[in-house]
Amino acid sequence: MDNLQLENFVRNLVPEAEIKAGKQFTEASIPAEKLHSVAKSLRDSKETWFDFLVCLTGVDFGQNLGVVYHLRSTEHLHTVVLKAMCSDRLNPSLATVSDLWICAEFLENEVFDLLGIQFENHPHPRRLFLEETDGFPLRKDFTDIINIVSK
Amino acid sequence: MEKVLSSVVEEQQEYIINMGPQHPSTHGVLRLVLSLKGETVLNVEPHIGYIHRGIEKMCESITYPQIIHLTDRMDYLSAHINNEAVCLAVEKALDIEVPEHVKYIRTIMSELTRIQSHQLWWASFGMDLGALTCFFYGLRDREKILDIFEETCGSRMIVSYNCPGGLMYDIHPNFQKGVKEFIKYFRKILPEYNQLLTDNVIFHERSKGIGVLTREDAIAFGITGPSARASGFSCDVRKHEPYSAYDKVKFSEILYSSGDTFHRYTARIDEMWESMNIIEQLIDNIPEGPHFVKMKPIIKLPEGEYYQRVETARGELGVYIISDGNKNPYRIKFRSPNFSNLWVMNHISKGMKIADLVAISGSLDLVIPDIDR
Repeated sequence: MDNLQLENFVRNLVPEAEIKAGKQFTEASIPAEKLHSVAKSLRDSKETWFDFLVCLTGVDFGQNLGVVYHLRSTEHLHTVVLKAMCSDRLNPSLATVSDLWICAEFLENEVFDLLGIQFENHPHPRRLFLEETDGFPLRKDFTDIINIVSK
Repeated sequence: MEKVLSSVVEEQQEYIINMGPQHPSTHGVLRLVLSLKGETVLNVEPHIGYIHRGIEKMCESITYPQIIHLTDRMDYLSAHINNEAVCLAVEKALDIEVPEHVKYIRTIMSELTRIQSHQLWWASFGMDLGALTCFFYGLRDREKILDIFEETCGSRMIVSYNCPGGLMYDIHPNFQKGVKEFIKYFRKILPEYNQLLTDNVIFHERSKGIGVLTREDAIAFGITGPSARASGFSCDVRKHEPYSAYDKVKFSEILYSSGDTFHRYTARIDEMWESMNIIEQLIDNIPEGPHFVKMKPIIKLPEGEYYQRVETARGELGVYIISDGNKNPYRIKFRSPNFSNLWVMNHISKGMKIADLVAISGSLDLVIPDIDR
């Protein structure tokens, strides 16, 4: 499928999704509560067949924290970008996709470690790199007066 | 009698053993917590973060030409290819087409980087399995590539030779001669690698059928690079999405189907042959031209998102940049191949012996700073 067809496919799945044709890929912002079902149907549909989770990125968008998913199909070789926002900045949480793609388990660990986004029903929540640190360094409001010199 | 009985009981119990962080076969600060029953591995839990420097956080406060120098420090054996990834992402965002001259040199340097990385991997993999001669052979030949790097880039490992828009400086006058000499030499030497290790019966016993990874698992775990291609998962970025001068050369993607340690090994040996083929097609045809495009002194990417992937010696490196129009990225994420490749270890080494674990982790070819970033 090309980007336009993917855009229509996602729009049929979630009519309320905000879809933008990016420079390379179709970028779809979907409501957090629909994330898991959309991801599942994108993975399982014959036409899309997104069986490869390339990249899972946690982003601090300022008002909200969010996660960006790059999905690729090893069969059709197309890519789509999904975005989901957490509604609450103090207690951010999203549904896990680690039951759909195994590698998401560790990528979500990393996102939790660096941004503090909780993943519901995650099989093994833990901090990966910074076991003894307080706070989440990739948040824009993170301050560490000892180790970060601000200019 | 009582003593014998108690030792039998002990063997039935589960042991928890710490392997690393300073272990000679993990090649870096990786700690594996092993659950063992006798000699059989029940569970492997990697603990990482000993060399976490927060490269992604640091990148948020520096400019794009500065980021290049941090990417060297991720996968230090594919330093040149990491640089290229960021440069290509920036050039893609700014719609800059670099001269052919640059594309050719970038491709040649990438392939030289791949060969030297595989040489070091071969050297240390042999050493992990007890074949110490490999280490001397591998490092002896790697030295010749590092000398070529030193002459042209001014540095041996952490080259930082790329910059957005081209190359830092043009190639050294001896570059083509040196590369051709090396290829001639290495074509003669590489069969010796096979005689030394590939055809060794003990090596076969220790690698065939060990740590089998199926194609479906490789996709589910997000494995890329030679480790995935040994399982039959076609994922070579150079073929699927050619960048630089890869669309101008003929080469074949190395694919095996068994997915065991032996074929992860042979996939890399074959890749060295392919890399030499690629270099030979390009080295005599480097077009004349400038070695850079003139860029603005302060590089600002237009607002938006950019994803660029390249094939490093270990798999797919993705650079994902979110820009808000400033001179530094709003968020940059490196999809590092080693991070994904690490977590499959638990899956494929369950039920194997503890000595096989060393072979498996060696065949996955992990570089720890790339995992931690």
